[in-house]
Amino acid sequence: MRARPLSPHMTIYRMSRYSMLSSFANRVTGAALSAGLVLFIYWLTALARGARAYARAQEVLGSGVAKVLYVALIAAFCYHLVAGVRHLIWDTGHGLEKAQSQRSAWLVIGAAVLLTMLCARWAFRAREGL
Amino acid sequence: MSLQTPLGRVRGLGSAGNGVHHWWVQRLTSLALVPLAVWLLVSLLTLPGLDFVTLVSWMAGTWTASLLTLFVLIACWHSSLGIQVILEDYVHEQGLKTLSLVLSGFIHAVLAAVGVFAVLRIAFGSPL
Repeated sequence: MRARPLSPHMTIYRMSRYSMLSSFANRVTGAALSAGLVLFIYWLTALARGARAYARAQEVLGSGVAKVLYVALIAAFCYHLVAGVRHLIWDTGHGLEKAQSQRSAWLVIGAAVLLTMLCARWAFRAREGL
Repeated sequence: MSLQTPLGRVRGLGSAGNGVHHWWVQRLTSLALVPLAVWLLVSLLTLPGLDFVTLVSWMAGTWTASLLTLFVLIACWHSSLGIQVILEDYVHEQGLKTLSLVLSGFIHAVLAAVGVFAVLRIAFGSPL
């Protein structure tokens, strides 16, 4: 039988603190995005029900509290995106060395913060409807 | 005829021979979601407004409607797989674990159906 891939053995491979935290954060942001998906589909159904239903939904979806939520969701998305790509790279067997994974943890955080600021700035320029 | 013992034949295959299926689909859906989710976010950020008419005329496009349908389906699938792992890891009581897994699966299926129906309804123009 051909050799099958093995994951790093849990008793001898200890994740560094940063890799562990950044991997856990990927899970947390993923769960937050699942909630965001529910919100997104609610928004779609409001649109599908017509202009008046959308106007009613906008009272909630366009409120100040909702806007804070959108920034949080955009941040969660940016993190999950960058950290997810890191996980995909890890899956190919690259970047798993301790120093590498610590460096990429900081890289992921930096890129996520930068992307979030960019998106938030873009989202809150003057536009109609929000 | 194989001279391997039954144990030798199944060793390393995982249960029922599809041990990595969940893992693999999670990676495939994440790979598909990279362009889809980025496209959706950039589209929403670059639209001239988020008012009803702008959004509906944007979603009426063939490409937009198709990609949105894909996004809803794949995002629900990816979310379902992710929530499943979280529940399996953190819900320890067996009955509650089974119940929450079944519920999560059902909710995700409903979400996908409702989302796709909404996209199609907007695309085919019934709200106007």
